[in-house]
Amino acid sequence: MSVTISPKRLRREFIRKVKELSGQDLQLCYQCGMCSGNCPAAANMDISPRQIIELARLGLEDEIANSKTVWICASCLACAVNCPRGFDLSKVMEAIRLLTLRKNIDHIRPENISPQERCELPQIAMVSGLRKFTG
Amino acid sequence: MSLAYYPGCTLKTKARNLEEPAVASMEVLGFKLEEISRWNCCGAVYSLAEDDLIHQVAPVRNLIRVKEQGKNELVTLCAFCLNTLKRANLLMKENTEKRDTINSFMNEEIDYSGEVKVVHLLEVLRDEIGWEALSQKVKLPLRELKIAPYYGCTLLRPREVAIDNVENPTILREFLKALGATPIDFPESTRCCGSYQIINNPDDISEYAQAILNSALSHGTEALVLTCPLCDYNLGRGQKELTNKQSGLREMPLFYFTQLLALALGLGPQVCHFELNYGSPESLLRKKNLLS
Repeated sequence: MSVTISPKRLRREFIRKVKELSGQDLQLCYQCGMCSGNCPAAANMDISPRQIIELARLGLEDEIANSKTVWICASCLACAVNCPRGFDLSKVMEAIRLLTLRKNIDHIRPENISPQERCELPQIAMVSGLRKFTG
Repeated sequence: MSLAYYPGCTLKTKARNLEEPAVASMEVLGFKLEEISRWNCCGAVYSLAEDDLIHQVAPVRNLIRVKEQGKNELVTLCAFCLNTLKRANLLMKENTEKRDTINSFMNEEIDYSGEVKVVHLLEVLRDEIGWEALSQKVKLPLRELKIAPYYGCTLLRPREVAIDNVENPTILREFLKALGATPIDFPESTRCCGSYQIINNPDDISEYAQAILNSALSHGTEALVLTCPLCDYNLGRGQKELTNKQSGLREMPLFYFTQLLALALGLGPQVCHFELNYGSPESLLRKKNLLS
């Protein structure tokens, strides 16, 4: 992928909010890619976990907002336990999701889950899924 | 001996086959799993955002119930509940500022600062009973049953709440050995099944299930042993879909660890509720002369 980096495109407010919500120091990452290598969902993402960190610290909010990556993450923490820098990417993914959800923009609508699936799903799937994908 | 026990929502409905064999087995082993009174949903996932304290209230309230009842240990069976309760407990123990805010928000409750130890039943079996003592209680050794442990995520990640080594867990392997079964290691045993993505990207879940199940089968396993109702659903549903599509995947029984425990302790199939399992476990058990 190619991205344009310029001071005009940098969103300082976005960087501040991601840091505040995640509690993570984005500068810790040295882009080794262990997160992407260990992520079981990386193949289905359009922007890899490693790239998310780089885009976030460059303040490229639009690239991140247009990507489906944070909505594919299952918070399994394979990235966090394998990071040599002790960086918890799952918290950054959560922060980015919340920046959308807290604008009252839900990612899924419960009524779109088929009635049959709704009956069959274990409760923990509904509770955790609705907490991750609705505001 | 009585142990304070937190069942959680799913064990009372979809995963009765996880709970009922556990309660019966622990009775045989001399422990009574005593459900804490007035428990509520733990919230299923731990809140990862720094400013989100309201979602910590539900798990902390459960921990307060345990403290009120004069207990200092809480046993869980569901891997999701374990993770959420244990992480919330750690927050209350280590973050004084957030602890004070949560305590003053819940001003009708007693103050809480992480006094309760949250453990998984597997840890009770390992640390309080011991594999050797457990193996001596086995009446029906699960001989010739080749089973692969599938840990998923929440028993092992993050590191600070892991019940075993994060990279190379052995607790389920030791458990299976104590019951007389043959544990089969496979590299995907700690790979995520996709978790709550089932309500967002169900097609991805089938893909993840295929990778996990194929790997287990190619290592020569006859069944998987699980601890989490969501892993059970994702792998079971994925398996059903894949076998229907004639993908070449062979159907494989998925067991909860507590069902194998009850069976090995000689409690019979009644408490195990195999009818709720995926992958026809009864036909495999009959084949191995473990079920009449």
